[in-house]
Amino acid sequence: MEALFMLIPIAIGVMIVVVIAFVYTVRSGQYDDLEGPAWRILMDDDDPLVPHKRPKPGKSPGE
Amino acid sequence: MAGVNEEHGEAVPGAAACFHCGLPVPAGSHYTVTIDGQAQTLCCVGCQAVAQAIVDNDLLDFYRLRTRDSQRAAALVPEELKQLRVYDSGLMQRSFVRHHDQDVREAALILEGIVCAACVWLNEHHVQQLPGVLAFRVNYSTHRATLQWDNRRIQLSEVLAAIAAIGYRAHPFDPGRMESLQQREKSAALRRIAVAGLGMMQVMMMAAALYIGAASDMEAGMRQFLRWVSLIMVTPVVFYADWPFFQGAWRDLRRLRPGMDVPVALALGGAYLASVWATVSGSGEVYFDSVSMFSFFLLSGRYLEMQARHKAGQVAEALVKLLPASASRIRGGQQEVVAVAELEPGDQVLVKPGETVPADGTVLEGVSHVNEALLTGESLPRLKQPGDAVVGGTLNMDSPLRLRLERVGADTVLAGITRLLDRAQAEKPALARLADRVASWFVLFILLLAAAVYGWWHFHDPEQAFWITLSVLVVTCPCALSLATPAAITVATGRLTALGVLTTRGHALETLARADQLVFDKTGTLTRGELVVTAIKVAEGQDALQLRNLAAGLEQASEHPLARALLAFGPEPVKLSALVSQPGQGVEGEYQGQALRLGTRDFVAALAGAGMDVSAAESAVPGATAVFLGSRQQWLATFYLQDRAREEAGAVVRELQQLGVGVHLLSGDNEAAVVQLAQALDIPSFHARQLPDTKLAFVRTLQEQGAVVAMVGDGVNDAPVLAQAQVSLAMGQGAQLAQASADMILLSENLSLLPTAIRLARRMQGVIRQNLFWALGYNLLAIPLAASGMLPPWMAALGMSASSLLVVANALRLRNG
Repeated sequence: MEALFMLIPIAIGVMIVVVIAFVYTVRSGQYDDLEGPAWRILMDDDDPLVPHKRPKPGKSPGE
Repeated sequence: MAGVNEEHGEAVPGAAACFHCGLPVPAGSHYTVTIDGQAQTLCCVGCQAVAQAIVDNDLLDFYRLRTRDSQRAAALVPEELKQLRVYDSGLMQRSFVRHHDQDVREAALILEGIVCAACVWLNEHHVQQLPGVLAFRVNYSTHRATLQWDNRRIQLSEVLAAIAAIGYRAHPFDPGRMESLQQREKSAALRRIAVAGLGMMQVMMMAAALYIGAASDMEAGMRQFLRWVSLIMVTPVVFYADWPFFQGAWRDLRRLRPGMDVPVALALGGAYLASVWATVSGSGEVYFDSVSMFSFFLLSGRYLEMQARHKAGQVAEALVKLLPASASRIRGGQQEVVAVAELEPGDQVLVKPGETVPADGTVLEGVSHVNEALLTGESLPRLKQPGDAVVGGTLNMDSPLRLRLERVGADTVLAGITRLLDRAQAEKPALARLADRVASWFVLFILLLAAAVYGWWHFHDPEQAFWITLSVLVVTCPCALSLATPAAITVATGRLTALGVLTTRGHALETLARADQLVFDKTGTLTRGELVVTAIKVAEGQDALQLRNLAAGLEQASEHPLARALLAFGPEPVKLSALVSQPGQGVEGEYQGQALRLGTRDFVAALAGAGMDVSAAESAVPGATAVFLGSRQQWLATFYLQDRAREEAGAVVRELQQLGVGVHLLSGDNEAAVVQLAQALDIPSFHARQLPDTKLAFVRTLQEQGAVVAMVGDGVNDAPVLAQAQVSLAMGQGAQLAQASADMILLSENLSLLPTAIRLARRMQGVIRQNLFWALGYNLLAIPLAASGMLPPWMAALGMSASSLLVVANALRLRNG
């Protein structure tokens, strides 16, 4: 039980660090767009790594 | 004589949807683009151009990734592209561009037309691959982008044109003071939430230990230690995160108008001070967990509310960009480009075709059509001659105009409308006002009750008096009550925004739920607001297809909406020489050495002379605008152009009637057009040739019969009627001014959102009722228990938290279904 007398102050210290980190993320604009990044990761271009059908560049399909 | 030939008729119900925008493709449409080896049909030339650009740039993934149909793309007009070049001048860029060094520049852009995350992907990929663009990043939540480019390799106007080519509109803007104010408010709110949230988690942990410790027996030293730790962690929550509540409460008290902040501050402060006292004195109970949890919930709710408010504010900002940032001033016979802010009344300016009129003034020289659609909702441009007044923000269509300015800056019509919008948004929603009024009585009641409880117990059991009074204060804390309405409104508003319906005023949804009569203003609401050739009549022995191509060729360079319709009607426009445009009359040109005229009856008759006979009738098709084509020998053809009903309009009207909403149609148009539309859509109540005051009288009569009227309009010209109706809706794309006076805005052109919004509003009403019922019921049940001392404060806190959670969870149901 005595361990708590040390662990809890450490917990408070960690909390302070987390608050500071959070304030930093807010200041650096990481909360400006809360929806975009979630989608962005799904639309990453890994096409060069995945060989699949793509229209050849230069031969654009016309009307 | 050839009869009326229905070549380009109404869209067939169940017609194919446009591959790009999802709107039904009109029958007889010939726009296709080959995608992955398959020909896809498109509804209009704009969508076709955009889809082709996407295919050509190898950005086909857009169509695979998108989750919603794109907005219908308006065809690009060369004049508009030319206008973009204004943004390249250093003078113009002064107001919105930041320089990293001489050539590396950065600007903020507003993007119009973003409907889903794939739009962001498309824009970023398309723009980033342009040589000279260093960085381009789109914020999906705000539809804003930041662009960094190297001015030696690319011009800003080229980037804007590239964005236009894939169907979006980008406008540079100056983030300005408002924006940074909102940014600060938002980041402060986030910091407070973080402090409250982290504090809550830690304190909960301690609280769990304390509750378990109370059941088994914990040694007094450990209990004291945990209490002190909780006290340390809750203190920043109360003094930092909760500070706005105390400020608000103090402000309310000084004005003697207690609102929700007062009981909130009282409960927070009371529970905190009592717990501090209990900790210091080592007796009684602590409520640190309730304090931190309550703070977190309330702050989160307020944050969501604030975001909805900011979102509405951005609509207002979009209006500002309607005004061009520069103008050509004529001084002493010299032309100079100056910033609009520098213009003064009495100045003379030159407005070229395709340019926006910079301020309100009078025409001195020139004859041209001016598109006032944004201000009046009038789809056809008006002809302006010397002596006519023109309004800032309107678009000059076909030839240069010299103006003398009369009102500039804050005195203009546009500025007045923007001010109205600001005021509308600043005013508190009626429901919130009601909640505040109720709250002030409620607070008074709680204070009196607490005093009475304290007094009674003071004489009967002085030991218990303080704790029981505290129980009463905690249990009556109107947490659930204060969350009941905002939580439901916030969730419903958020869901509607995601669907494309923007709510600009708080009362709108609540009133919409009660609406039982819905009045349409015809122009642009039930119709597409765009002319289409619905019929053609040709002279005997003439080839209809050839004449269509000739007409398209004649209109090649014109910007008039009639011209666009004719241009779209000719599959392969013929090349003509000596094209001359006569504003207000028509176009003249030469084909194989033969003079041709396309335009009004008189204009064509002047050329065709006696060849023009009675068969070229103006009124062969009721409600249509007739355009004539003739050569020197004879009249060749008559084109009939009409505004058509939106494809989904009929279904929407039926759905509204099923919802028990009476549908009416008021229109300023002529009898024939209105009768035709009303019959096509099965609207029993319709009135033609309505003026603003007759429309107003009609709405008043309905209201006198006890109806709650919702009005759907599209122009500022219906502003008085929109204001008279209990709730008003406007529809349109981009920064239509109509949005200024409306309570709600349909951002997409899809009318079927209307019944959806009504259904959601009704469900929201139901949820609010359930929430209020629960919150009041809980308070009524808990107060006697607490006052009689049967409810220990910790149980009161638990009940309070549970009731708030229930209210929020109930509101969240609105997100689905």
